[in-house]
Amino acid sequence: MNTLGIYVHVPFCGKKCGYCDFYSVCYTRSQAELYVQAVIRNIRHYSDRSRTVDTVYFGGGTPSLLTAEQLSEILSAASESFDLSADAEVTLEANPNTLTSEKLAQLRESGINRLSVGVQSMCDDELKALGRTHNAERAAKAVIDAAETGFGNISCDLMLGIPGQTADTLKVSIERLTELPLQHISAYILKIEDGTPFDCGEVRSSLPDEDTSAELYLLAVRELTSHGLAQYEVSNFALPGFESRHNCRYWKCSDYLGIGPAAHSCYEGKRFAVPRDISAFITSPSQPVEITDEHPCGFEEYAMLRLRLAEGLALSDVPGHRADIEKKLSPLVKAGYVKYDGERVSLTPEGFLVSNPVIETLIF
Amino acid sequence: MANDKIRNFCIIAHIDHGKSTLADRILEKTETVAIRDMEEQLLDNMDIERERGITIKARAVRLKYTAKDGEDYIFNLIDTPGHVDFNYEVSRSLAACEGAILVVDASQGIEAQTLANTYLAIEHDLEVVPVVNKIDLPSADPERVCAEVENVIGIPAMDAPRISAKMGVNIEEVLERIVTDVPAPKGDPEKPLKALIFDSYYDPYKGVIIYVRIKEGRVKVGDNIRLMATGAVFTVVEAGFMDATSLVNNGSLEAGEVGYIAASIKSIGDTRVGDTVTNDEFPCDEPLPGYRKVNPMVFSGIYPADGAKYGDLRDALEKLQLNDASLSFEPETSIALGFGFRCGFLGLLHMEIIQERLEREYNLDLITTAPSVIYKVTMTSGEVQYIDNPTNYPDPALIQTAEEPMVKASILSPSDYVGNIMELCQDRRGVFKDMKYLDDTRVELHYELPLNEIVYDFFDVLKSRTKGYASFDYEMLGYTPSKLVKLDILLNGDVVDALSFIIHADKAYPRARKIAEKLKDNIPRQLFEVPIQAAIGGKIIARETVKAMRKDVLAKCYGGDITRKKKLLEKQKEGKKRMRQLGTVEVPQEAFMSVLKLDS
Repeated sequence: MNTLGIYVHVPFCGKKCGYCDFYSVCYTRSQAELYVQAVIRNIRHYSDRSRTVDTVYFGGGTPSLLTAEQLSEILSAASESFDLSADAEVTLEANPNTLTSEKLAQLRESGINRLSVGVQSMCDDELKALGRTHNAERAAKAVIDAAETGFGNISCDLMLGIPGQTADTLKVSIERLTELPLQHISAYILKIEDGTPFDCGEVRSSLPDEDTSAELYLLAVRELTSHGLAQYEVSNFALPGFESRHNCRYWKCSDYLGIGPAAHSCYEGKRFAVPRDISAFITSPSQPVEITDEHPCGFEEYAMLRLRLAEGLALSDVPGHRADIEKKLSPLVKAGYVKYDGERVSLTPEGFLVSNPVIETLIF
Repeated sequence: MANDKIRNFCIIAHIDHGKSTLADRILEKTETVAIRDMEEQLLDNMDIERERGITIKARAVRLKYTAKDGEDYIFNLIDTPGHVDFNYEVSRSLAACEGAILVVDASQGIEAQTLANTYLAIEHDLEVVPVVNKIDLPSADPERVCAEVENVIGIPAMDAPRISAKMGVNIEEVLERIVTDVPAPKGDPEKPLKALIFDSYYDPYKGVIIYVRIKEGRVKVGDNIRLMATGAVFTVVEAGFMDATSLVNNGSLEAGEVGYIAASIKSIGDTRVGDTVTNDEFPCDEPLPGYRKVNPMVFSGIYPADGAKYGDLRDALEKLQLNDASLSFEPETSIALGFGFRCGFLGLLHMEIIQERLEREYNLDLITTAPSVIYKVTMTSGEVQYIDNPTNYPDPALIQTAEEPMVKASILSPSDYVGNIMELCQDRRGVFKDMKYLDDTRVELHYELPLNEIVYDFFDVLKSRTKGYASFDYEMLGYTPSKLVKLDILLNGDVVDALSFIIHADKAYPRARKIAEKLKDNIPRQLFEVPIQAAIGGKIIARETVKAMRKDVLAKCYGGDITRKKKLLEKQKEGKKRMRQLGTVEVPQEAFMSVLKLDS
């Protein structure tokens, strides 16, 4: 059956991080309430009882700024409008500072069963450089408290290539993180996005260079793997069975419905996006959308997304391109960027690091 | 009109010394052009000419002037190209005149090209009328400049008109000098036709228009004319003259006159500058002296950046050749660059002009290979080969002697820069001949230089080392034996044919190193390490490595927003088109161009 994932973009932050270019505005209680009502309105608007929803993802922004009650209302609406499965993966992105024991208990109660905690680093200097408001101790406590509250599926973000980060400090971060009761880590390389506060000469010049970033990435892959967190995507690592089901939808061209300003959807044969405008979202009877792709998941897109996964691309899924791809494999395999078992083409960690040109070589 | 009322003259001037401005003022004063029709600098027709302030193709115009003696005169102003590349064309233009106005900048004095062209004019027995221009400039020193003209050229100049073409000062004095100083043309209209072709161009409606100076006899519409060098015969459709903006067909031309002939000529290859036109039924005994076929001196491969534009490039070259018989081209194939053309040029400026016109007028994105001269190679078998493409350079084991073309270079400069100039010439394997002071502050240096040392960037470097003050001119000297080697560039172990060149053995090592460095800087890091090597024969003399790229990944893909990834994919696809795929190595167009400019 064609299941569905729901992504809810929660565009509020207490403080905007200098490197982040996701859409968010300053949190106010009144606007948040209007926003929640709009989310519910939209869930009802897309209502389809025949669709089984087996993942819900609250991303942001800082979704943990919403109250447990608000989250609960949204999930109820989802449950009424769709066939929300009992074992659905329901993820909330959370800032460690917002995760008090009390809040954790409420979240658990509201139906959230997976947390993605924005830890980023376990070294305080690096957290400061990133402009994060928490420290390593606070992050550790949030994760431990969450586990004690009963969360059995916890992910932490780990950032690579932070100004000032070295192989040693990264090792420290990974050591401290893996001591915590977590099942999943998203380790991504910091990229300076145009127009963000980090997009300035001072920050750019303090970033580790290309070779250093590459080394940090490979180090992270080695360390995390050795702790049993297997790499299943360019930036994602998990204990067996704890891969993010929701995020896998993106890489497998499965359906997802995005609600909220700046949310993206791949739904009923089209890709569309909601404009980055909270007032428009709040005031419209149903959210405005811009179609970004009338015919998504063609070969190039499908292959590009699949190749981000460690399991790679099954050539039997793209029979028309098998010969073309096989022709190009040999130098890439020889260089250690790609593995091929006669059926699946997949990238190695070294290959992931240069996945843009590797994928380009394979699919053009 | 009687011959004694005709004056045929040209203007000799260094770039920027005001030739075109003076020509415009003369046109204005003689009311050849209504003021409202005046475009700035009318005689220069091509955009590039106007922008660069140089005249590429000669043009001629007929003017009417009522002199102070009350008589009406016909002036034929023949415009000449100013640059050495067009030396032969200049000489043919001069041969069509009896006089030359020498325009000298009142503050800068004589420059190398002026000198060369003035000597050429004197060789052709032209009456040289010096004129000092730009007297309106604060730095003008007409007395010094006149003295310089007298000293250097050896013609009286102290009473030369002091003018400002820009401000229109003293232009009439120049016109009067033309009447009094330039001799009237001689020639008998009753003799068999003998006319000099000094320029031609292709008109899409009338065919080739030839510009002629009638030396003897007459020509009229309906006559059968013969072009003596090629033997081609045509029937005259139009004969007349050019006013400032159009051709005026008045049916005939006769001895002493300058004008044009249209005769439904299809190919400009038939109408060679310097050739003699005669009457097919009543031919003259012998052609005019001085004709020679012009040969290209500098060669370069021209390729479309986008291989699919090969046909467009061919069409463009064909069109340019319609107007420029001295441009030669033939198809060539490069492993690195695909299909393109080996093009021959009269010299460096000519090459630049053609490249610029292809890019600008025909909207083509080009990759050009390093310019090459023609090397003369005597094989051990005794056979002599002329090599204009490094790719064809023979195996050194089979070469008995290799020779390269030399030029005699003349450089005029303020004396402050003599040290810099000598250093440059020495660095370019120049042999110092002599140096003389034109006055207290200006010198003329003579060097013998290998042509291949000046085809790259000699003029640019000379300019930058003399703050733009030096001027430069050269003429061909012939071949001299030389220690030549072919330098190959290898990427990832494979020779890139488009980057090979021939060079003097002593210079191979530093050049090889520089090229390897440039390539390293201009080839982006890619998936695989790219070794860059420079080799002579099998011997590697320089080496660099473009390290494999380490990181090119979009780490984040959250919230299901894949638009950025798609955009990146599109961008990569686009970028790929600008790259040349050489084996596994992708080489951007800029890398090919970067090796052409090594000293900058």
